[in-house]
This record gives sequence, C-alpha cells and structure tokens, in this order.
Amino acid sequence: MVDLKVSNKEAYYQQTLENTPSKTPFAEFWRKFKKQKLAFVSFFFVVFLILMAFIGPFITPYDITEPDYENVLSGPSAKHWAGTDAYGRDIFSRVLAGTQISLYVGLTSVLLGAIGGTFLGIVAGYYGKRIDSLIMRMCDVLLAFPGILLAIGIIAILGPGLGNVIIAVAIFSVPMFARIVRSSTLAVKSTLYIEATKSIGTRPKRIIWKHIFPGTVSSIIVYFTMRIGSAILTAASLSFLGLGAQPPSPEWGAMLSGGRDYLNIAPHVTIFPGIAIFVTVLAFNLLGDGLRDALDPKIKE
Amino acid sequence: MNQTLLEVQNVKKYFPMPSRLFSRKKEFVKAVDGVSFTVNRGETLSIVGESGCGKSTTGRMIMKLLDITEGKVIFEGQDITDMTDDQIRPLRKEFQMVFQDPYASLNPRLTIKEILEEPLIVHNFNKDNRSQRVTELLETVGLSRYHADRYPHEFSGGQRQRIGIARALAVNPKLIIADEPVSALDVSIQSQVLNLMKDLQEEYGLTYVFIAHDLSVVEHISDRVGVMYLGRLVELASRDALFGKPLHPYTKALLSAVPIPDPTVKRERIILKGDIPSPANPPSGCTFHTRCPFAQETCKLKVPEFREIESNHYVACHFAEELEEN
Repeated sequence: MVDLKVSNKEAYYQQTLENTPSKTPFAEFWRKFKKQKLAFVSFFFVVFLILMAFIGPFITPYDITEPDYENVLSGPSAKHWAGTDAYGRDIFSRVLAGTQISLYVGLTSVLLGAIGGTFLGIVAGYYGKRIDSLIMRMCDVLLAFPGILLAIGIIAILGPGLGNVIIAVAIFSVPMFARIVRSSTLAVKSTLYIEATKSIGTRPKRIIWKHIFPGTVSSIIVYFTMRIGSAILTAASLSFLGLGAQPPSPEWGAMLSGGRDYLNIAPHVTIFPGIAIFVTVLAFNLLGDGLRDALDPKIKE
Repeated sequence: MNQTLLEVQNVKKYFPMPSRLFSRKKEFVKAVDGVSFTVNRGETLSIVGESGCGKSTTGRMIMKLLDITEGKVIFEGQDITDMTDDQIRPLRKEFQMVFQDPYASLNPRLTIKEILEEPLIVHNFNKDNRSQRVTELLETVGLSRYHADRYPHEFSGGQRQRIGIARALAVNPKLIIADEPVSALDVSIQSQVLNLMKDLQEEYGLTYVFIAHDLSVVEHISDRVGVMYLGRLVELASRDALFGKPLHPYTKALLSAVPIPDPTVKRERIILKGDIPSPANPPSGCTFHTRCPFAQETCKLKVPEFREIESNHYVACHFAEELEEN
C-alpha cells in the first residue's frame, strides 16, 4: 500500500478548523430558526405574552372584579377599549389579567405532563421488553379516552378548580409525551455511538443522562410548545363548562361562558376573550412548527 | 508471562427469527456458528470474509456487546462469557473497540473533549489530569489541542476515525477490536489511519483483532489472518502462509479477486457461482459446498473439521491436501 501525504481534503479541514470559530449546535439552531418568519414573529409574541403574564395584573386600567352598574354591556369605546361585561367590568383589563392564568395553567400542566411522560418514555424505550409493553399499554388506555372527557372525569373525582384542571391536563399530556420520547429514545438507542459508549463500560444511568436524554430534547421542546396551545384551549373549555376557574376569576374560558347569554346584544363580551385564546394558541402552534423545522436535522433549508 | 491474551472457544450466536403466527417451531439465524481462535499478545489477527459472514458479530461478542449463545470468551485467563455488566466493567478498560463508521460512532451533540473524557470518567481517571490526558490523546493520534472544543461534524472522516482511535486508547487498553476501521474512509486516508494504528501498536504494545473485508488492507496490517464463511472460520494461518499458500478453496477464490496493479500479469481467477446461502438455512455438511468448484459427495454430508494441516495453519476442508497436490 502506498503511503500518501496528507490529502488536500484533510489539509482543507485543518485550515478551516483553525480559522473559523466553533459552531455550537445552538448557533446552528438559531440561524435556521431566524429564517422561519412566522415562527420568529410568534416567538416574540409569546415573549410578549409571558411579559404580560407578569406585569399584566398591575397595569390594568380598571379594577377587574369591581362591578360598575352604570356601564353594563357597553360596546368598545375610547373609555373601555373592549367594552364591558354584564357587571360593567372592563373586558380589556380582564383579558390582560387573564393572560397570567392561561399561561400559568398551560405551562405548568404541560411541564408536569412532560416530566412524567419523558420519564416513562425513556424507561420504556431504554429498558424495553415487559416494562415497555406495560407502560405503552397504559398510555394506549389513556389515549383511548377523548381528552376533554378524560379531563372531565378527573375533575369529577378531584372536584372543580384551576389546580385540578392543571392536574387533569397534565395527566392526559403524559401518554403523548411518553410515546414521542419513547420513539426518539429507540432511535437514539440504536445508534452506533450508544454502542460505542456501552463498549467503554458506561453505566446505564450515565448513558441515559448524557446521551439518550439530550437526544430526545429537541422533540420534547417541539411537542412541549405545541402542547401548551392545546392545554390552554382545554383549560379554557373546562372553565367554560364551569369546571375550572370560577367567577369572578378573569380566566378567558370563564369569560366566554359569562358572555354566552348576551351573544346577541353584546357579542364583544365573548369576542375579545375568544380572540385572546385564538391568538395565543395560534402563536404557540406556529412557534412549535418553526422549532420543529429548525431542530430537525433532516430538514435542510 | 502467558502469551495468549484472548481465547475464543467455539462461540456461537443465534438470532431468533420473528416467529410466525401459529407456527410453534422457533427458527434461528446462525450468524456465528462455532468460531475458535486465540490471539497472542502484541499481534494483529485479522478476520476477513464477505459481508454477512458474521465477522462483525464475532467482534461484538468478544466486546460483550452481544450475548453469546454458546461457547466461551476468555480474556487474560478470565472467562468473561457469563459476566454481568457490573462484573465486566473494570475489565473493559483492557479491551476497547474502534468502529466502522466514524460518522455514526461519535455523538454529534458532544464536543471531542467530552467524547474523549467519557472513558476516563467511567473508569475513574483522576479528575485533575483529565484535560491533560485529552490533549495527550489528541496529539497521539495526530490532532491538536484546539480540536477539543469542536463537534464531530466539523471533522473529516479520517479525523473522526482518529478521534475514535483516541477514545479507544484513552484508558490504555491491551486489546483493541477494530471493526472495519478504514472501510468507510477514502483510500488515501485509509493508509494514514492504518499506519497510525501500526505506530500505536509498536508504541503501546497493543494487540489488535482487525475485522475487514479488504484483503490488501489485511495484508498490510496483519500477523495472522482468519477467513470466515457463513458464520464459520474456514482457514486460519499466518499472513504469509495464507497469502502465499491458501489451502481452502474459498480463500483461493477470495485471493484471486484481489486486483494486481500490473496489467501484464495473467492469472486464473476463480469466480464463485451464486450467492452466499442464507445463514438462517445453511447448507448441510460443509457450508461452502454449494459454491465450491471442487465439491464432492462427502462435502454435502459431513461437516469438515477445523484441522491443523501445517503448523499453525488451520483449514476446514475435507480435501485440502488433495487440492494442494493438484
């Protein structure tokens, strides 16, 4: 065999490596993400929503619970930007204050669901065999219920209230997360680099934390974002049904429910909280789509 | 000091086939069906064969990455066949593996430093000296310190394979199992990596089990060569004996397929008919009889013994001597 000098290709790599700064995976992600216009806008809208969740309750122009019987069901005006409801409360203020509730419910319920689902998914995918069948069949059972029905069932047991809505939404987020995480666990587990670490003698705990979990994070983030949208929607539906937030809480779903009787004479009572729900859910979904496109290595510009 | 480092005794690996509905009979793919050899300290033993002949499976069984169906693997006098993961862990720093695909064997989410530190962490290497050791390893394989903070995708195939070799060297192993370490690389890079491996062997007194299908690569690096066909070793001899005087018809056919870079040389090529039979349903007797140009009735009935015909030259063929005479 002829001994060749360092080939041009190697020399090229050598050179570029010395001159260019290292590209971290995050920089690569950010570069791709910025190209997704819609998702990028959604990202800033979500940041804005989070900001509102913190400062919203303090900057409302009117008190959100104090009735004002002089101004019942008045339409949008310069004084009340989004009109007032059946008790004369300023709807704009209430929507603003409600941001906190919706985001809190959406984030915590999905976070709880994601933690539980990720744990179960990794255990099922990594250890396989009987524990895998056990976990996945349990998830199948949970998924066989329509989501909202399951939530109603859970609330029927736990009793109505926002805290129980969070638990209910979290529980029915678990099986979906478990499925998604299991499938990415299986994909990562079958890679050669996992076999390579095993051959070194790495303990399963370290393999899971250092290799498997980071490999599933991107799909968790994508699904997490998308799930927040539907969690907000479910929470609003449950409140609309009177199972979640109770009046006079400015929860968007509860506000819809309160305006239901005046749909003909004062549609703005339902329209504005409705728009708030719609835009928020849409923003999270678009953001999730954009993240998926930016995080999936298979999608090249 | 005992000369034998690794002893593989009649190992078998049967993969169960997915059982069909209503069928009670369990079927197996006999990926490796009784392979035995020993590896001496400081030598390079190559295992060659067509794809699917079980050479990689053998390598992975020695590494205990696969459970061994039958047989024994003895490393430095210790039977590691039935050891649990926890029992074998301290031993793992004695034998390491280099993988075929340098693009897939490095975790794309970790920096080179993290990849090279992993074996050090797993085997409780002194914390303060770790980054020094990483630098040392990078320099040993011809890379530099500044490569440590890069990600695998920033390297070329040859450089990645060097990183793979550095990872295997991290804990100072005695034995390295190299599973086709150069077959995914450009030919120009292959020689670099092979020469690096040879240099490292001299420097650290390493022992290699080198799995390959490229005979010119094998001729370059090995001391002894084993030829596998359909899950069995058909011939095992020193490099010179095997390349100079192959005894098994399969080895002869393989060698006749190696191109000679001289157009004036004429020689007889033995072209084998047909495909390799499925290891799920191997032929009776000598598994090679379906394609062997010299096959006779006995070959279909009797499994040939793996015999030592000349000193240290083992062949599994009923008619090795007769074929040699003609």
